[in-house]
Amino acid sequence: MRLFLHQLQAEQRLFWRSRELAFFTFLLPIVFYFLLGSAYGDEEVNGVDGYKFLLGGMIGYGAAATTFAGLALILVIRRESGVLKRLRATPLPGPTYIEAVLASFILIFVLEAVILVVIARFAYDVSPPSSLVSFAVVLLLGSGAFAALGIALTTVVKSAEGSSAVVNAIYLPISFISGAFFSEEAFPAALQAIGSILPLSHMIRLCRDIVVYDSSVWDHLSDVAVIAAWGVFGLVIALRGFRWEPRER
Amino acid sequence: MNAVEVTGLQKAYDGVEAVRGIDFELRSGEVFGLLGPNGAGKTTTIEILEGYRKRDAGEVRVLGVDPERDGREWRARIGVVPQEGELFPNLTVLEHLRLFAGYYERARPVEEVVRLVGLEEKADSKVRTLSGGQKRRLDLGVALIGDPELIFLDEPTTGFDPGARRAAWQTIRNLRSLGKTILLTTHYIEEAQQLADRVAVLRRGEIVASGTPAELIAGTASTVVRFRRDGEEVVIETEEPTRLLHELTSQALQNGHELVALEVHRPTLEEIYLSLTEEHEEQPE
Repeated sequence: MRLFLHQLQAEQRLFWRSRELAFFTFLLPIVFYFLLGSAYGDEEVNGVDGYKFLLGGMIGYGAAATTFAGLALILVIRRESGVLKRLRATPLPGPTYIEAVLASFILIFVLEAVILVVIARFAYDVSPPSSLVSFAVVLLLGSGAFAALGIALTTVVKSAEGSSAVVNAIYLPISFISGAFFSEEAFPAALQAIGSILPLSHMIRLCRDIVVYDSSVWDHLSDVAVIAAWGVFGLVIALRGFRWEPRER
Repeated sequence: MNAVEVTGLQKAYDGVEAVRGIDFELRSGEVFGLLGPNGAGKTTTIEILEGYRKRDAGEVRVLGVDPERDGREWRARIGVVPQEGELFPNLTVLEHLRLFAGYYERARPVEEVVRLVGLEEKADSKVRTLSGGQKRRLDLGVALIGDPELIFLDEPTTGFDPGARRAAWQTIRNLRSLGKTILLTTHYIEEAQQLADRVAVLRRGEIVASGTPAELIAGTASTVVRFRRDGEEVVIETEEPTRLLHELTSQALQNGHELVALEVHRPTLEEIYLSLTEEHEEQPE
């Protein structure tokens, strides 16, 4: 536990000192909430207030940006630069290290989600979710599943140079297709079909149901199951293929 | 007890033999140099000892433990300076040392390590502002923070300018005087000669010579005698320099002429190393 907290503290320091990463993963969803909100926040989307509708999308996008994209990028960069290999030579247990990095990104995402809810409340008069337990379950379930998928993603990204482009090329279209920025009901049927199997669309739907309709996470167990299944899928790949050493040169 | 014992170590990658059955040992408290050109198997060997790679055959004991069954206590007793690899660009020197110190039950005081590797003036500087040599010193500091008994240095001064190299050598000598056992790989002969109590020369995965630097020099038979006669250089290799010189000089005195530009030359470690590692390239396998 002491080692975990020691590493968690270091990970927090490392994240906030890395300005680009903090901007693209932590700040961008908040910026997008303001931008997209100014575009259609006052209109009705799928029968609800635009700001309310957008809040769920931005929380889901935030989960993908931090615990999926940010986590994958950090781990690939550290693997290829030899940091992970060096850590293996110390008495820090590998699982403790991964747990600390994971916890750090989940913490960052939860902070981001709370900030989004606060902005929605005070800037756009969107009332916060009535069931905080349901909201917390969705945040932790979603970020946990995306973190597993993020670690799985590191097994297919081979180099640090291309990592940022590859990760962006995956998570940005996924966010779009999953309806993070606009209602997916305007999309062609094929895109909607793809979106409906992705975990992010289920997480966004859960967020909207809880934030907009005040429903409970337990009324949407099929969404929970899809997200959890993706998480298990990611975990299996991560456990099988995760590497500590850079590619052979 | 020996700090490291290696017998019959073999390792191949995709059928290419990188290490072909080598034996050596490190005595506690000595600096041992693994010397060889690039691709001779130095890094493969050191990474097997560090526990990064699995061997194909042979026995390896590092501090009495098989590195393939390494545990946390064992890791706390070794220090590793890898051949390459970055640290965190946005952390300062002190923050790095504190971070790594936290991984050990009994870490060496951070300020002491800063002094030991000579980074006092850069203690609060972020790593991305350090020069290559300063980063390499921090690499060493990170490896020393757990106060290890045994330190692996994989080409610690590659890419250094001569001044930085001498400073690094002094640091390594200081470690030796603290009683540390050090395994050093290098392709600089002078580095091995300056630092190592004993060396092993690796060529294509085999040890072709080993011993103290003085033993290696003494072990080669020939001494070279050169002089000029009638404007032409005469070079004689001999295993009996005393007899040869006696004959040459007495002859010259009898005939009343001078042995122009007379030179008696013992091979340097560098020449021995080059003959061990390069001459053989011509021979068929």
